[in-house]
Amino acid sequence: MYILRTDNITMKFGGLVAVSNLNLEIRQNEIVGLIGPNGAGKTTAFNMITSQYTPTEGSIYFDNNDITNHKPYEITRLGIARTFQNIKLFKEMTVLENVLVGNHLRVKSPLIMSVLRSPRYKREEKHMIEKSMNLLKDLGLEESINEKAYSLPYGKQRRLEIARALATDPKLLLLDEPAAGMNPQESIELMSFIHEIREKFDLTIFLIEHTMQVVMGVCERIYVLDYGVTIAEGNPYEIQNNPKVIEAYLGVN
Amino acid sequence: MEREKLIKRILTVTAISAAAGLLVLFNFIFDSYMLRIVNLAGIYITLALSLNLIYGFTGLFSLGHAGFMAIGAYTTALLTMSPAQKQMNFFLEPLVPWLANVEWSFFPALMVGGLLAAVTGFLIGAPALKLRDDYLAIATLGFAEIIRIVFTNMQSVTNGPLGLKGLPPYTNIWWTWGIAFVSILFMVYLFQGSYGRAFKAIREDEVAAEAMGINLFRHKMLSFTIGSFMAGVGGGLLGNLMGTIDPLMFRFLLAFNILLIVVLGGMGSITGTVISGIVITVLMEYLRFLDGPMDLLFFKTDGIPGLRMVIFSIMLMVVILFFQRGIMGNREFTWDFLFKPDRLKKNNVEGE
Repeated sequence: MYILRTDNITMKFGGLVAVSNLNLEIRQNEIVGLIGPNGAGKTTAFNMITSQYTPTEGSIYFDNNDITNHKPYEITRLGIARTFQNIKLFKEMTVLENVLVGNHLRVKSPLIMSVLRSPRYKREEKHMIEKSMNLLKDLGLEESINEKAYSLPYGKQRRLEIARALATDPKLLLLDEPAAGMNPQESIELMSFIHEIREKFDLTIFLIEHTMQVVMGVCERIYVLDYGVTIAEGNPYEIQNNPKVIEAYLGVN
Repeated sequence: MEREKLIKRILTVTAISAAAGLLVLFNFIFDSYMLRIVNLAGIYITLALSLNLIYGFTGLFSLGHAGFMAIGAYTTALLTMSPAQKQMNFFLEPLVPWLANVEWSFFPALMVGGLLAAVTGFLIGAPALKLRDDYLAIATLGFAEIIRIVFTNMQSVTNGPLGLKGLPPYTNIWWTWGIAFVSILFMVYLFQGSYGRAFKAIREDEVAAEAMGINLFRHKMLSFTIGSFMAGVGGGLLGNLMGTIDPLMFRFLLAFNILLIVVLGGMGSITGTVISGIVITVLMEYLRFLDGPMDLLFFKTDGIPGLRMVIFSIMLMVVILFFQRGIMGNREFTWDFLFKPDRLKKNNVEGE
């Protein structure tokens, strides 16, 4: 059964077709990649899945529910979390606070009870702090919990974004260029890290990436976009030898 | 750790008792003019905290505060004035019968004033909070003006441009500072909790906050409505302190004064708002001598009206030039400096 399925989704901005007739089929616990040259529509595809954009045509199914017209926060509640290509942390808040915000969607006590510190709220707060501390430990950020997010080095900011996304208890994690700005050593660590979190949190992972080493090393299946059109789909070996993909990336003489 | 917590708690309780003791002392030794300044400071703290909640913490640039204050002030006034007093005020057109004979005590009147302001905030917020930044500021400013114009024209309820005179002088140091204290506590606990963090997340990055599963509209409405409630209560206190209210009092300028306190104190700092609320209220009065005649050795004036505001503006510019993010930035006062002197230093460096 597919955890995420898109049915001919198309996104038009005025006359520009950013993504056309994209059909994704992602199974439970898969790691799937989405690649393509700059401006191919990869992030637009992500934005449609998380409802930042509503597709001009087509529909999106998550766990067999139609989520095409949901709001972004509803989609996160259903279990799709994401990171951003240009890191979007809560800069003036501490590392721990950033992850705690990811827990807020599961808070059941009303606002007034959070002010009056009702026993139920206190339990919720205690639980979310423990959970966040564990997440930060898993991501090797436990030493920076009280630092402001903007003061972290780039690599740690990327990891904090993943920790924050994991705090929302996702079933499907969308990573938008997780290896951007990482050195080769960090990229290798990232690959094993992606495998680790999949096992640990029982995740399905869908990622956009430019570093071919990471994409080919970690993804089980890959979709290739070029000018919004899906030009290939298959396992890393098939993609590497697909003439259309080579043409899109290297050009043809 | 436990011991440190206990010491901090003792220090906090001591500080609060000291503040209360100081207020008792002020109540004893100050004349009515000085007491009025102390009262104003308390009211401005409540009002500035309410705007800081909306603007400094949640990032909603709202300029509608004068409108909510007007609602609070008029409601409290009409509910607390004696029927005889009302009859004297409404000589052009009689007051509507369902208000003519009510005379409530102060606290329930204040709360109803706050609630009406909150309901108005809710109704204004529903359409306006779909806007952002400058557009939201313009929309809320417009709504505040609408409220003022409506009040100017509802002759049989608000007495129109004549305003209301002879409000019972219920407001005293215990009401103003009591409510300021409750507001401070409310804010401190709110921003230690999950909802406070969600508000701050919205201020920091709306797209990311929504991607974290935060219902933006609902949280913005919460922040805006609670802020309106506090503004209404503050307005009620202010009205009964002044003894006279009229629609002209609640012009844009009033909202601007409160905005000034928030920005100078530091957006997103409760401590900053309290400090700058007190400092600005006291300075506004203390600098009054500048408007009067002065005799400086080589130059005499017979009083230049408005010189106070000139000096005040210069001081403002100096503060903003040297502390771009206000007195406190978004930091809060804690007792930590007593325990970890080196950590405070580090935080300061980061804060620059």
